[in-house]
Amino acid sequence: MVLELQKPRPIWQIMFSTHHTDVGLLYLILSLSFLFMGGALALIIRAELFLPGAQILGDAMTFNRIFTVHGTTLIFLFILPFASAVGNYFVPIMVRYKDMAYPKLNAIAFWMIPPGAALVWLGFADFTWYAQPPYSIISAPGPAADMWIFGLKILGISSVLGAINFVVTILKCKHPDMSIGQVPLLAWSFLASSLIILVAIPTFAAALLMLLTDRLGVSGFFNPAMGGDPIAYSHLFWFTFHPEVYVLVIPAIGMMYEIIPRFSRKPIYSYNSGVFAFVLLSIVAFSSWAHHMYATGMSFTEKTVFMVGTLAAVPASAMHVFNFIATMWNGRIKFSTPMMWAVGGIALFFSAGAGGVANAAMPLDFSTHDSYWVVGHFHLFVMGTIAFGSIGYLYYMFPYVTGRMYNETLGKVHFILSFIGTILVFFTQHVLGLYGMPRRVFDYPPIPEWIIMNQIVTVGAMIIGVSMVIFLANMIYSSGKGKLADTDDPFGLGGKYYYPFEAKNPKH
Amino acid sequence: MSGHSNWPEWIYVAVVIALMCWVGAEAWNAERLVEHVPADAELIKVIAQQWFWTFEYEDGTKTIGDLYVESGKAYKFEITSKDVIHSFNIHDYVVLMDAVPGRVNTVWFAPTDVRTHDIQCREYCGLIHYNMRGTLHVEEPSS
Repeated sequence: MVLELQKPRPIWQIMFSTHHTDVGLLYLILSLSFLFMGGALALIIRAELFLPGAQILGDAMTFNRIFTVHGTTLIFLFILPFASAVGNYFVPIMVRYKDMAYPKLNAIAFWMIPPGAALVWLGFADFTWYAQPPYSIISAPGPAADMWIFGLKILGISSVLGAINFVVTILKCKHPDMSIGQVPLLAWSFLASSLIILVAIPTFAAALLMLLTDRLGVSGFFNPAMGGDPIAYSHLFWFTFHPEVYVLVIPAIGMMYEIIPRFSRKPIYSYNSGVFAFVLLSIVAFSSWAHHMYATGMSFTEKTVFMVGTLAAVPASAMHVFNFIATMWNGRIKFSTPMMWAVGGIALFFSAGAGGVANAAMPLDFSTHDSYWVVGHFHLFVMGTIAFGSIGYLYYMFPYVTGRMYNETLGKVHFILSFIGTILVFFTQHVLGLYGMPRRVFDYPPIPEWIIMNQIVTVGAMIIGVSMVIFLANMIYSSGKGKLADTDDPFGLGGKYYYPFEAKNPKH
Repeated sequence: MSGHSNWPEWIYVAVVIALMCWVGAEAWNAERLVEHVPADAELIKVIAQQWFWTFEYEDGTKTIGDLYVESGKAYKFEITSKDVIHSFNIHDYVVLMDAVPGRVNTVWFAPTDVRTHDIQCREYCGLIHYNMRGTLHVEEPSS
């Protein structure tokens, strides 16, 4: 199953192709480009916060625009398209079908992303990635805000189209010999996350339209001056975007389910508990959205309900961690680059989850809410878990995509630097939050503890930046000039556990 | 899929569920106590707007940016906003409540020391959000 880059083809042949590996390749290139662009914005943010006072940016508005586009980019233009890249490559192969169910729809879903991305980047809005009204209605400068709304609208439709395609491919196009209980866990993760998208996204699509008409002044859904309620937007937004967290994290866990057993040279400890935990997570994903809103003046009963709904997600997440550890237990583990990323990702997933329990507990949330604790917490998920799983999987799929091997030493250096950087940045941000530093601030008072912790965070971020430059160089050089990979067993694992259904369908 | 026993996983899941029940129960109990406003709490109205705080005391006086309270007394804040959403935060006393236009949210606290504390906005509210700060002055009780 070499997913061809070996035979050079003109770029337009790939661009106008509807074949799942070509669309997957386009998704991959787009998502990695935005990883570097969004990451560069993060480095600007960190350089600005190295010391109190204006450092490299002249004014707060530029800073506010940068963190808004940073968040929007990495969520919608890196994590989601990267998952789609992996899904496009592997889901049809895993369910043993010749392509995605709707190849043209697949290409359309991809080609909606560049215009959406262009609107977000050319607009450069400033109202944070969640566009809270009434600020976004009465105060945010246009046309940036309107461009952001249209951009997100397009990206949302693209997600829905992609999700429909995955659901139909997995449920309707899988090989007749294969029961749903034999579908690999990576494909299961795409089924679960696609179903969440289909249920969750329409709510935000509606909220975006309401936000737009509010901005135009023809309605007042969220504008208190016209009798609206801004908190209603928060409910609509988080009803989509709390489940969206699981949309982002579930495929990354699915990717770890591919990596961990292969490099432990053991079968998965419990396939059934993996499936069960995916299904459970996608249900409880919808029971916790208002835990983002404890401080909006919710009643004690509401807070209690959403705290219980949030804590309910913990056993399912913990089952995944257990499954990974039990799979590695007594395995002949080979710590190649993908395995290092996956294991590092699991460790950070555990840390992020433990911090999440503290956030969910009502009285503690009032200490951590909207402080740097929260920034550290969700970045441990998006960077520590999702990006780590994704980058590990990228190393893992690299020889299959390009037919060439990346430089293993540089891959390990990339991991070690990123792991150290991630711990320095996001663990320190947790503590910084406990010391009371609010998030989304351009400047801060010269409190000695805040200054030293901000400096640790900035140094950590720069370490991650260096590691990402190494990564980029490794990917570019190796995809053209790396040594040829043995695509039957590029990692020297013995091949036995490479692909569960290979025996029945050796070359796809 | 089978061929090995699953009892370690069942025990592990049971332990996690028990742990979450304990966290939930403790949090529920603590929050129930924290939310109980004392009957003799003095009322202070907090009005947020871009980008400063106005405090209105029971006797009708108003201050901007500086909040004066007495040590040992309980105070109840009624928080609202004139424009966009802000969040009233005295971090040292874990006072945090959003100031939402069109709504009045309440939160209370009882300062115990005699010194100043920072007041800040914890919800993004635009250009000068980072500098929407104030000072809490906790003074000696006036007998």
